[in-house]
Amino acid sequence: MSRAILPVLSVVAVIVAIWYAACVPMNIHSAVTIAERAGIAVTPEGARERRQVGAFALAAQNPQVWGTTFQQDKPRLPAPHQVVVELWETTALKNVTSKRSLVFHGWITLSATLVGFAIGSVAGIVLAIGIVHSRAMDMSVMPWAIASQTIPILAIAPMIIVVLNSIGVQGLIPKAVISAYLSFFPVVVGMVKGLRAPSGMDLDQMQTWSATRTQTFFKLRLPSSVPYLFASLKIGIAASLVGAIVGELPTGAVRGLGARLLTGSYYGQTIQIWSALFATAILAALLVAIVAGVEKLTLRRMGVRT
Amino acid sequence: MTLPRSEEPVVSAKGLDLTFQTNDGPVHALKGVDLDIEKGEFVSFIGPSGCGKTTFLRCIAALEQPTGGTLSVNGMTPEAARQARAYGYVFQAAGLYPWRTIAANIRLPLEIMGFSRAEQTERVARVLDLVDLAGFGGKFPWQLSGGMQQRASIARALSFDADILLMDEPFGALDEIVRDHLNEELLKLWSRTGKTIGFVTHSIPEAVYLSTKIVVMSPRPGRITDIIDSPLPRERPLDIRDSADFLAIAHRVRDGLRAGHAYD
Repeated sequence: MSRAILPVLSVVAVIVAIWYAACVPMNIHSAVTIAERAGIAVTPEGARERRQVGAFALAAQNPQVWGTTFQQDKPRLPAPHQVVVELWETTALKNVTSKRSLVFHGWITLSATLVGFAIGSVAGIVLAIGIVHSRAMDMSVMPWAIASQTIPILAIAPMIIVVLNSIGVQGLIPKAVISAYLSFFPVVVGMVKGLRAPSGMDLDQMQTWSATRTQTFFKLRLPSSVPYLFASLKIGIAASLVGAIVGELPTGAVRGLGARLLTGSYYGQTIQIWSALFATAILAALLVAIVAGVEKLTLRRMGVRT
Repeated sequence: MTLPRSEEPVVSAKGLDLTFQTNDGPVHALKGVDLDIEKGEFVSFIGPSGCGKTTFLRCIAALEQPTGGTLSVNGMTPEAARQARAYGYVFQAAGLYPWRTIAANIRLPLEIMGFSRAEQTERVARVLDLVDLAGFGGKFPWQLSGGMQQRASIARALSFDADILLMDEPFGALDEIVRDHLNEELLKLWSRTGKTIGFVTHSIPEAVYLSTKIVVMSPRPGRITDIIDSPLPRERPLDIRDSADFLAIAHRVRDGLRAGHAYD
């Protein structure tokens, strides 16, 4: 573990360095304009002339303004430290009930994610059990499950929200439904594979003991499927988070990480967008890590060599 | 359930046929198989692959349905015999569940058959002792060698006191030294328990060393070409394999295999 720290930190350092380097050409036009207004000599003079000059050329001609590309209010590309500061200010320094707190918005999205994940996982498991035990369900449900995932979620999310709204369902539930829509599929596929994992010999053996289908299911198929289930749940929970955020976009929601992304883009608040993106990524990583932890505990209890 | 009278064979096959319909036409896995297995016998089935030795064992266990002829187990149909727990079946792979300890694996058929908790514990301890695995009940399968896993698998097949033990190449995946040892152990177990054993193998020395009756089979169609009643005593040390009697039987088995095999 400790031997891996140096390479991991090196990769992070390289990514941050590339990010900082990218800030210069991305933000150079506005940086030069601001500098000119402040009376600093720039080349070429005049916004119109500069429009003809490429970002790299302009950056090369004006090294004196590079510093300001990292500290603008509305940069095209915020610098890493600006995102970190914004993340810190909107999480640790804000009251969690404040509308400006990312913890507040994160919880709104997280609650929809968790409800959707629960619905999606249960639905996925139930469908998989049906598919494994019934040939009719295998042939009728599986194609629809696959078809459901070929429809872009951005296209179907507004419809789900409108339809549910028309029957008076608002708030958390429509977002959870979209989450469930995205997360049930990996669970179905993984569980079908897992429930079918026992070999012909394993099933023959059950038959020699005159085991019922129920006994075969609980004593053989279900335990066999556990490793597959966890692999699916890890994909499912990340997909759930995406679903909840997508569910916040078409309603013009005012609360949630999706809403932060949306309002950020309305008002050109790039720092806010990036900090919401990072909050989302961190949240996804935490959720996947929690599922992985439960997986590890479960498999260890099941005697799997670790 | 009617108990068989002592003179009745435990397994009786008359004119048994089994034909699989495949895309390349019918495959005669078994054709006209007549065989009686008496109580307490150790019967080996030997022959090249495709001769139907495993298929015949699977028919006895009602894992395959014969397409012709009659087959009775303890005087019943194979299905009824299975319901009456007539046999334990040992497959080529130990088939232990990795998420269950050895004891819990052996307990599995007992759970399925609805034995009481106390009786499960008592039986598991007894059969673990029988296969010399006492003290290994709490281990997981991966902590045991291949030979020990197969012994656990045999213990599991013995746990519910079936009179018949059906074994499908149970030691086929093990190395020769482990195999010799397990063969010796199996003979001891057989003389201690008085089970009737049906044993599929492709090893001539194994078949001759273990069996009171050797059934030589050949493929296309799967049929019996020779049935040899072994004159060897029931008590068999490993060095019996150098005796003249042993070599004579082995020779006869080899001849039978050669005669039934077309080498095409």
